[in-house]
Amino acid sequence: MDGGGGGGGRSREAVAGELERLRAEKKELDLRIRLLESELETCSPAPASSAGENACGAGGACQTRRGFAQDDALPAYMIYRYSRHLLLPDFGVEGQRKLSSSSILVVGAGGLGSPVALYLAASGVGVLGIVDGDDVELNNLHRQIIHQEAYIGRSKVKSAADACRAINSSIKVVEHHHNLKPSNALEVVRKYDIVVDATDNLPTRYMISDCCVLLNKPLISGAALGLEGQLTVYHHNGSACYRCLFPNPPPVAACQRCSDSGVLGVVPGVIGCMQALEAIKVATDVGEPLSGRMLLLDALSARIRIVKIRGSSPVCTICAENSVFTQEDFQKFNYEAFTSSPMSDKSAPSLDLLPESARITCREYKSLVDKGEPHLLLDVRPAHHFQIVSLPRSLNIPLAALEEKLPMLETSLKETAGSSDEQPSLYVVCRRGNDSQSAVQLLREKGFHSAKDIVGGLQCWAQDVNPDFPAY
Amino acid sequence: MHLTLEFGGGLDLLLEKSTKVHQVDVQPKDDEGKATMKGLLSWVKSNLIKERPEMFIKGDSVRPGVLVLINDCDWELCGGLDAELEDKDVVVFISTLHGG
Ligand SMILES: [Zn+2]
Repeated sequence: MDGGGGGGGRSREAVAGELERLRAEKKELDLRIRLLESELETCSPAPASSAGENACGAGGACQTRRGFAQDDALPAYMIYRYSRHLLLPDFGVEGQRKLSSSSILVVGAGGLGSPVALYLAASGVGVLGIVDGDDVELNNLHRQIIHQEAYIGRSKVKSAADACRAINSSIKVVEHHHNLKPSNALEVVRKYDIVVDATDNLPTRYMISDCCVLLNKPLISGAALGLEGQLTVYHHNGSACYRCLFPNPPPVAACQRCSDSGVLGVVPGVIGCMQALEAIKVATDVGEPLSGRMLLLDALSARIRIVKIRGSSPVCTICAENSVFTQEDFQKFNYEAFTSSPMSDKSAPSLDLLPESARITCREYKSLVDKGEPHLLLDVRPAHHFQIVSLPRSLNIPLAALEEKLPMLETSLKETAGSSDEQPSLYVVCRRGNDSQSAVQLLREKGFHSAKDIVGGLQCWAQDVNPDFPAY
Repeated sequence: MHLTLEFGGGLDLLLEKSTKVHQVDVQPKDDEGKATMKGLLSWVKSNLIKERPEMFIKGDSVRPGVLVLINDCDWELCGGLDAELEDKDVVVFISTLHGG
């Protein structure tokens, strides 16, 4: 033990060293305080546990002794549990100690967040926070591997936290049962050292990045869609923030969602695993983190590209040194308006293009089918959607091809009319009732004046008319 | 000059048959006769983009949300629109993803 001397004649280096040592000590103390607080919270009518403090054998998951040994050694239960980490020369005791005293927030318990949370829990991060406001749905399970069928309809955070605790009862798992918003993000993020963006929508990505810059937290950002994935570490070692790279949001039409475009389950899995890896590297200061670089995964061709990206921009409105963006500004910032898109993967912005007279509801359509009214039903979804499921006797012409295939529509209408003089009515349907409106608008311009849109599309059909119609 | 052009993150959907990789021989000249990214962008717009050009170009640059990489390096680090291209360069256009 060197006491640091005292007295007036200390060099700058000595003072700086002492400061660094004290800061490290403080961090460890803070963590121990947090752990103890959580123990108080989780087992309020706690049985007295003073006796048998050291009764934990190696390998036993010890609930009462989560802290650290006073000297430099790891507690016995950690040595056995994480022995394969400790055997890595580049990681070792130091790496495990740093990991076990770090706190990481995973925003989103979905396709990306699932492997992130599972690996961080298994590898022994000190505190694992999980944020999500959604419930588990059946169509999540192909990629959100942390959730089980039994949890369908229940909170994703509860499901994910239970799974993590089942893997590792010696870490602290904190549940945040709400979506992150400008009003609550600072308060939540402040409690953690590192943030993992595992969300599924654009406005939330801007918000998390801004929040991390304001609170000076490194951000491990991953994204996946279709058969592609992207990964980088923002705001770490001088790297860019999300706004440096994308100062202006893309047009709404360029923002594809998994719920519209699809995603192969394992693709976010791969990216999520790498997010966990980068989070561990940042937490332990081991290796070269993916800051200033971006990983691009093309699963279809099995190609990974790692590219160099710009650093923090001196003109960034958020992270530049002379930025005037404050925490108050952040709390008032409207990210949904900024990006013109909702803070959710599910709610596609709904169009309202047509007058009432050009639309009918699903129930109205059902009753005219029952009455046997002669009509043609045009389904304007892409062909691969039409293959999933369709209404009986509907004609599929995808919206993108509609204009060039109008003659085909004309022929079908004539066939439907048969010998009758009367022009049959034309109804247009799609998945959610947006494309069908654009189609009706186009059809009316091209002289199909009877064309009407079925409000809400097949989704409403399943909801209001036929609950057995498979939604997707 | 011979260039390899790649389109990802959904930008491939704007091209014929959604082909991701294009091997092309071009002379992308700007106003001063230099082979720059500016010249290449207008060549791509008129020769490869088949639909919704506004999903690729805005003004004389790419639309917001598109990263451009020249030989695996952010074009912002190589001069952006003025970056000069050389034979056998690989230029990647990638739209940022938001899903998870
Ligand atoms: Zn920035």
